[in-house]
Amino acid sequence: MSTALQITDLSKTFPVGKKLFGGATGAVKAVHPMSLSVQTGETLGIVGESGCGKSTLARMLVGLLPPTTGSIEIEGAALDNADPAAFGKRIQYVFQDPISSLNPRKTIRQIMDAPLKLLHGMDRAAREKRILEIFDSVNLRADFLDRYPHEFSGGQAQRIGIARALAAQARILILDEPVSALDVSVQAQVLNLLADLKREFGLTYLFISHDLAVVEAVSDRIAVLYFGSVVEEGRAEEIFAHPRHPYTKLLADSAPVVGRPLSDPEHGQAELPNPLDPPPGCAFAKRCPYASAQCRSAPPPLTEMGTDQRVACYHPLPAPEQV
Amino acid sequence: MGGYILKRLLLAIPVILGITVIVFLIMAMIPGDPATAILGSYATPDNVARINRDLGLDKPLVARYFIWLWNMLHGDFGQSFSLNRPVIDVVLERFNNTLILAGTSFVLCTVFGILAGVISAARQYGLADKAITFAVLLGISIPSFFLGMMMILFFAVDLRWFPVSGMTAIYGGGDLADVIHHLTMPALALAVVATGVVARLSRSAMLEVLRQDFIRTARAKGVREGRVIWGHALRAAMVSIIPVLGIQAGFVLSGAVYIEIVFQWPGIGRMLVDAILQRDILLVQGGVVFVASCYVIFNIIVDVAQSLLDPRIKT
Amino acid sequence: MSAFFKLLARNRLALGGLIVMGLVVALALITPLLPLADPDATDTANRFLPPLSDGYLLGTDGLGRDLLSRLLWGTRLSLAVGFAAALFAAVAGAAVGIIAGFYGGRTDNIIMRGVDMLMAFPYILLALAIVAALGPGLVNALIAVSVVNIPFFARNIRGITVGLAHKEFVDAAKLAGMSNPRIILSEILPNVVPVIVIAMSTTIGWMILETAGLSFLGLGSQPPQADLGSMLGEARSALITNPHTSVIPGIMILIIVMSINLLGDGVRDALDPRLKSGALSRPMAATRVERKERPAPETSTDAILSLDDLHTQFHVKDRIYKAVSGVSLSVKPGECLGVIGESGSGKSVTALSIMGLVASPPGIITAGAARLEGRDMLSARFGELRRLRGRRVAYIFQDPLATLHPLYKVGDQLIEAISCHRAISKSEGRKKAIELLKSVRIPNPEERIDIYPHEMSGGMRQRVGIAMALANDPDVIIADEPTTALDVTVQAQILSLLSDLRRERGLAIIFITHDFGVVAQLCDRVAVMYAGRIVEEGPTMEILRAPAHPYTSRLIACVPELGEGKRKLEAIPGLPPSVDNLPAGCAFADRCLKAQDSCTKGEIGLEGSGSRAVRCLFPEPGFAEETA
Repeated sequence: MSTALQITDLSKTFPVGKKLFGGATGAVKAVHPMSLSVQTGETLGIVGESGCGKSTLARMLVGLLPPTTGSIEIEGAALDNADPAAFGKRIQYVFQDPISSLNPRKTIRQIMDAPLKLLHGMDRAAREKRILEIFDSVNLRADFLDRYPHEFSGGQAQRIGIARALAAQARILILDEPVSALDVSVQAQVLNLLADLKREFGLTYLFISHDLAVVEAVSDRIAVLYFGSVVEEGRAEEIFAHPRHPYTKLLADSAPVVGRPLSDPEHGQAELPNPLDPPPGCAFAKRCPYASAQCRSAPPPLTEMGTDQRVACYHPLPAPEQV
Repeated sequence: MGGYILKRLLLAIPVILGITVIVFLIMAMIPGDPATAILGSYATPDNVARINRDLGLDKPLVARYFIWLWNMLHGDFGQSFSLNRPVIDVVLERFNNTLILAGTSFVLCTVFGILAGVISAARQYGLADKAITFAVLLGISIPSFFLGMMMILFFAVDLRWFPVSGMTAIYGGGDLADVIHHLTMPALALAVVATGVVARLSRSAMLEVLRQDFIRTARAKGVREGRVIWGHALRAAMVSIIPVLGIQAGFVLSGAVYIEIVFQWPGIGRMLVDAILQRDILLVQGGVVFVASCYVIFNIIVDVAQSLLDPRIKT
Repeated sequence: MSAFFKLLARNRLALGGLIVMGLVVALALITPLLPLADPDATDTANRFLPPLSDGYLLGTDGLGRDLLSRLLWGTRLSLAVGFAAALFAAVAGAAVGIIAGFYGGRTDNIIMRGVDMLMAFPYILLALAIVAALGPGLVNALIAVSVVNIPFFARNIRGITVGLAHKEFVDAAKLAGMSNPRIILSEILPNVVPVIVIAMSTTIGWMILETAGLSFLGLGSQPPQADLGSMLGEARSALITNPHTSVIPGIMILIIVMSINLLGDGVRDALDPRLKSGALSRPMAATRVERKERPAPETSTDAILSLDDLHTQFHVKDRIYKAVSGVSLSVKPGECLGVIGESGSGKSVTALSIMGLVASPPGIITAGAARLEGRDMLSARFGELRRLRGRRVAYIFQDPLATLHPLYKVGDQLIEAISCHRAISKSEGRKKAIELLKSVRIPNPEERIDIYPHEMSGGMRQRVGIAMALANDPDVIIADEPTTALDVTVQAQILSLLSDLRRERGLAIIFITHDFGVVAQLCDRVAVMYAGRIVEEGPTMEILRAPAHPYTSRLIACVPELGEGKRKLEAIPGLPPSVDNLPAGCAFADRCLKAQDSCTKGEIGLEGSGSRAVRCLFPEPGFAEETA
């Protein structure tokens, strides 16, 4: 297996506030330096709660935000210029809000034409043929092409968004909460479609979501983000069943599951640290039942633990009994 | 809060400097030379050269600007040749009169505009709403100078309720009652347009706010409807009304020029138009810079009021 | 485009404006062809002739010039100048605004500082200064008026552009390989044009007034040429002796500007997308109730709150959306009833109908009753309903940032919840508010009471929302998706808090959600809604174990649940029907694998035995066995 996407020490810092004479009064580290790799044909799930930096990460990966540090390599070749068009052919993005990602004043055909014409320089006839092929593979009817975005439901609009991403012929798709805006009955349709397309075109996915169950259902591997850092990474079937990081465990225990009694694992008070004044050590230490002085002084590094699992914790939970 | 006000005042300095530059440059574009305008038929070459030297017009543009600025900082706005008085004296005296007129109108348009807007929104599509909407439309469509003229015809000439023009009666006037008697018509004529604009905006701001979720929350709590409208909703709507009041103050000040002419009110607007027609450049420059600076300060007050109302604004 | 004209035509006032405006413009256009006297020909023998004089329809002015002719030529001039000024200001302002808004950063900063500088002048000072520099004259007045108005357009358009530049479709265009100028032209501009048109149509009238004003001051059109403003200016000296010379041009300006303003409002309304959906009307204090017949008298139950055959509709233009069609449910003290459904199923409308909080217009309750201890609240007068709201039946809403008032401190909002039902002293109110915050486990309540909602996290805000609902010890709490906007770890905290409060206080809760996991953890009974109706109802655990309605069972199956691993999901094909066009019979039939002809033939009742009920002719096998 080859590496489709490799990011190394990627980070993003946003300046905040404004002084009287230019300059920022502070800085927020939305993404702390992080390294991740995605193998060809794999789906890497990124899961985390609001404010964990997952959308910032996604926007850097497709070149919509220039990273503060670090590098992005796609299929072995570095990509560090912030020209989205250069990214466009190699990596594409599917947006969270399907309706607002389509220009309300353009027909679907005009929307589909843009990447074919600008990224691949196709002529009219070739474009027409290609659009029909793509529409066929996302189960959309050709007569949708001359309509405007507001005429579609969320699920249909998201299919159009996926079709547009496919048109660029990138082999890596960043899926940023692609089903969170959809109703549950439509959500499953889109998730299944994504799985079919992946098989058909040999795609690689980076699937970002806040919904643990959805991520688990579609991913091969999962990385858990907290406060801008990867706290745990591992195989999808393992990570929530046998979490090693206390935060992953908290997430897994908090997800409402039919048949499990209601519990508040934290008894209440949990809040994220202030991003303007981050703690010196582990960001989770304040909420963590196992936190020690070490945790509060320096952030724990992401270290290999067991097979194919990485955890950033000084006091990881015990590994499951080997059977 | 003190820090915020200080910061806003500091930020006003470059704006006021910018105003002086703009005014100076525009005035420098005036064709022909002022000396000839001043001297009229006495414009012999010797006289022109002397006047130019007196006025500093023989120096380069940049130097002239800084001399003018420097003198202004010392309270010397120059001498008006058409009135033969120091510019600053004329400007202060006239601006005071304008302030009486425009200030009254501003208060009127704020109070009645917001009142009408809120009632109109709360009774949307009702009779009161329709009546207010129509009155507002009429108000913003009528030229204030025409309205003023019609008021003179009707209330002063026909009904004789108010004097035709002026600020005080020529004989034995000047007390408060007399000024109010003279002020009523021009202040109303000037307030009409601004009231219309404020009412319109207040109505749409209120409609916008009344649809918000927090209004539903207030109703779900059981808050009385009067308090929902005049408390919860109006307070939130003020966030978008206040900035417009700032802009309206500029419009009232602008409209005052017409009203002062129609009603022969001895204000600064009328003075500026006369000064322009007579090419009294120093008087125009001084008057414009002074009024614009006051307006900048007024807008700082508006911003401070806004930040007091809305805790989300970082101070 | 034709839709635009249809909308415009529907607005009678705008149509009137359009007709008057059309007449004036047509008159102005054909003025040179009309058999009029020379507008500038003086005739001192016939000075100040009154209107309807022989040969002079509108009379003459102080130099004996024909007023009708001068009026028409003046109108022509005023219109041309007004339109030109508006067009120039709009184009220049829009260009500046789009560039500043799209590129942002330093470009934006420099441009907008310049704009601020221009706006720091009361506009007439700047216009006067420009005219002073360029010299009096109509063209110069036009330039002055345009320049003075550029900042207004620039600011307005910049604001819109900043919003658009952050839209996802602009990101998508970048990824499709578009360059910045191309994005401005093909993505931004088409979305800004309607705003420019609106701004222009609402300011043309203003521009005409302003240029007329400068002419009135003698700084615009120069004699003998006259526009409407200079006609007024010249007539002013004869105002008292010969008022008709002033009244005629003045009325003309009024007619022109008023018709333009009417038309402009119509254009704005037709182009504003929010108005198309009727959204800009404000909700009244309580939902309109228009029931054709009195609700059937109550059959006695032990329920504290019950809904009986509730119908709530939205009337938008000529469409009727049947959001809720015949919902009956009830909740006993201490019981938690879950109402589950997808968006558009009518679950929230059901919840809001109970205390008349459905936005109205366009909402109308057309049938049914909502009874609190047997008393129908929909028949109650507003005063009575208001006293029940928050005191007996309290609400918790979805998005805690939008549902708390942004400008009041949280403590004041809590105290108000109490004080609007009973008089309470300041210190007592404060004490009670701190107690309430404590009861929802907010740390440091003494400090938090004095902060504003935006200074809290989402979870804390929702706790405030819950505390507010508890303020008067209500009997029933209606929670409308209270945890949907929250993160899972926070959701777990809020749910367990609600569960504890229910047990401690014996609250009845109606819990609206779309999440089966949440229902399973919190609710004793659950009602499943689809297309405005309850399709299935019963004890939560039984329904989850053996759903009776095919929709329920498919819905449960299609939601991934944690711990089941990577797999293909059981999707439900198709979409829910639109509630303005509901099919006969079962609304789920066309998505149902088991549907027969009989399913679409007529009403299907909600029937069942014991604690369970289902609206289906062919219930799922598990259910059939259980009830058999």
